[in-house]
Amino acid sequence: MATERTIGRFAHRPQVAFFDFACCEGCQLSVLQLEENLLEILEHVDVVTWREAMSEESSEYDIAFCEGSITREEDIERIKRIREKAEVLVTLGSCASGGCHNELKNQWSMEEMTGLVYGDHADEIDTIPSRPISAVVDVDYQTFGCPVSLPEFVTVVKRILTGQSYDPPNQPVCVECKHNDYLCVFEKGTVCLGPVTRCGCGAICTAYGDPCRGCRGLMDSANLGALLKAWTREQAHAILGKVVERYGFTEEEILARVRVYNNWPELELPDLSPEEAGPDGD
Amino acid sequence: MATDATIHVHHLTRVEGHGDIVAEIADGQLKEARFDIVEAPRFFEGFLRGLPPSEVTHIASRICGICAVSHKCAALKATEAALGVEISPQTNLLRRLAFHGEVLSSHLLHIYFLAAPDFLGLPSVMPLVDSDPALVRRAMRLKQIGYDLAAMVAGRHTHPVAMTIGGFSYLHDPGDFQPMRERLVAIREDLDASIELFATIDIPDLERPTEYVSLKNPDRYAFYEGDVFSSDGHRIPARRYREAIRERVVAGSTAKHARWNRPEYLVGALARFNNNYDQLHDAAKSAAERLSLHPPVHNPFMMTVAQLVECVHCVEDAIELIDEITDAGIDPAQQQSPCEPGEGWGVGAVEAPRGILFHEYEYNADGKCVAANHVIPTAQNLANLEADMRLFVPTIADQSTDRIQHLLEMLVRAYDPCISCSVH
Ligand code: SF4
Ligand code: SF4
Ligand code: SF4
Repeated sequence: MATERTIGRFAHRPQVAFFDFACCEGCQLSVLQLEENLLEILEHVDVVTWREAMSEESSEYDIAFCEGSITREEDIERIKRIREKAEVLVTLGSCASGGCHNELKNQWSMEEMTGLVYGDHADEIDTIPSRPISAVVDVDYQTFGCPVSLPEFVTVVKRILTGQSYDPPNQPVCVECKHNDYLCVFEKGTVCLGPVTRCGCGAICTAYGDPCRGCRGLMDSANLGALLKAWTREQAHAILGKVVERYGFTEEEILARVRVYNNWPELELPDLSPEEAGPDGD
Repeated sequence: MATDATIHVHHLTRVEGHGDIVAEIADGQLKEARFDIVEAPRFFEGFLRGLPPSEVTHIASRICGICAVSHKCAALKATEAALGVEISPQTNLLRRLAFHGEVLSSHLLHIYFLAAPDFLGLPSVMPLVDSDPALVRRAMRLKQIGYDLAAMVAGRHTHPVAMTIGGFSYLHDPGDFQPMRERLVAIREDLDASIELFATIDIPDLERPTEYVSLKNPDRYAFYEGDVFSSDGHRIPARRYREAIRERVVAGSTAKHARWNRPEYLVGALARFNNNYDQLHDAAKSAAERLSLHPPVHNPFMMTVAQLVECVHCVEDAIELIDEITDAGIDPAQQQSPCEPGEGWGVGAVEAPRGILFHEYEYNADGKCVAANHVIPTAQNLANLEADMRLFVPTIADQSTDRIQHLLEMLVRAYDPCISCSVH
């Protein structure tokens, strides 16, 4: 729900607030790791509210950085109040911008979830299907990643301060992975979601020999159907073919992985053309 | 004297996650003293079901952004136990090294950014950016070295990428460890200055002996592995933790409370310090001496100070681990133990920065997770914290309501609660 709202430079030193919803707070923490960059940013803005780091609190702010997913009715109200006050609302990381793993719980009924964890006290627990902040209010800038990709965070801060908009990249992680000459993890027989995942992280996972799990979310143009075909059908690329031969991934297995970070709105099996669909029409 | 005082701190600041302090004094008598956890639950124990071990262990670190390495390792250990995977001595050593990074970053975040402002009479470190930039830079250097040490081993601290079931997805080069070794040697000076600072601060009085629970390892000060140990004299293997630790749901809180031999027990830096003092590095023991910390310590406000002592231990032990790995070299054959997905059940227990942490998973014949359980340090500490509050409030009831509130906030912060983690 990113809007077209244009935001000019601020007439005064912008007041910044941080807010968190259901999440691990790893994105805020990553921001704290910016060190020099952080001190530079602090030269241009005043942080007026950041519950995790300070007791000062202000009800006035221009820029709200919001982290986490919306999982309670009361949080819908809270994020709406923040939206009303903030000139600029930025979602911090995948819990807030995309889907992230919080949305995995939406595969079950909320009663089953609360009963499983809280037993007799389940009734006291307020929880609704999890959704990103971007699904509840208009968002001016989105940053992705679990945790948020720091170069993207810095870029977004600069864009906000100079009154420019920011379009998240829409190319696959493979681009960065190949640019850096990392070994393709398919060579190790692992499913990698790099081909369908929004880049911008520098392919940090494949750099360390781990597959991309898709934490920055599917690219807007991600062709999930083609990917499934490639990974599950014989006509696959030579490497993919080798992987399929060796491990025989099924569509459901691949979808299970895609779902980990992309289950909002609930992920559906993309249409495969009839001649390529399995005999039972899967 | 505040014969009547009602304290309600909504969303306590400078802690991780959302919690409310509630205290009530009427006619000079304590009516109520609670710390309510009002964090939104995320239901990891529900939604991990159906996932294969690779995804379970990947997602599990997301329980907490501060102690991601601990959650990752607890999940890996539980899964490795379930699948019968033995890790190599090299993997064990590297994981221990990553733990030191995490303990350093987490403790120093708490010591400087969350707790210190209370002792310096400030609402946060922000005012120090202008008034004492040297202190802020020191704090940032200290915190950063922890993240960087963990990232050196795990690819990234929040969230680790190179740690996999059976070992590492990445072959390390000991040469890469040398710059870190130099930084660790140099950081001693910053730790020294921190000890000097904390040796002079006033710590509120509160003495309440309790049950101290931590891992215990015959060979070393335990972070990564050991038996579950209680200062009340019990010791059991981690896989039998359910026989000892009982969790219960309490009204008004989305985090569970826990008990073992007593109705409440303490985990974390002070529990480890009390239980395993003898195994601390000599440099850490002399730091404890300078900070007047002698085991057993029964003042919960000393948790922050015990964390500082542990930081000294972690820096010294990290230097020794790097030397050990440099001498031995990295053996590619020890990078990754083979793993066949399949049926099994396992428990993984580690010492996260805030205390003992359990992950438990069951996988079915299809290799899918069918049950998950996580016992989080902060949740285990909640009953103990409230017992401290009940003892503490009457001793400070003659002070102004603002002062009582401030002291209670300090007490909660001393526990370094990690609330979103405790709710998960
Ligand atoms: S996006 Fe990931 S790192 Fe960031 S808050 Fe959510 S779970 Fe934590
Ligand atoms: S490792 Fe993944 S991201 Fe890299 S090229 Fe291969 S498929 Fe693409
Ligand atoms: S490589 Fe994939 S999983 Fe890793 S950080 Fe980038 S988008 Fe996320």
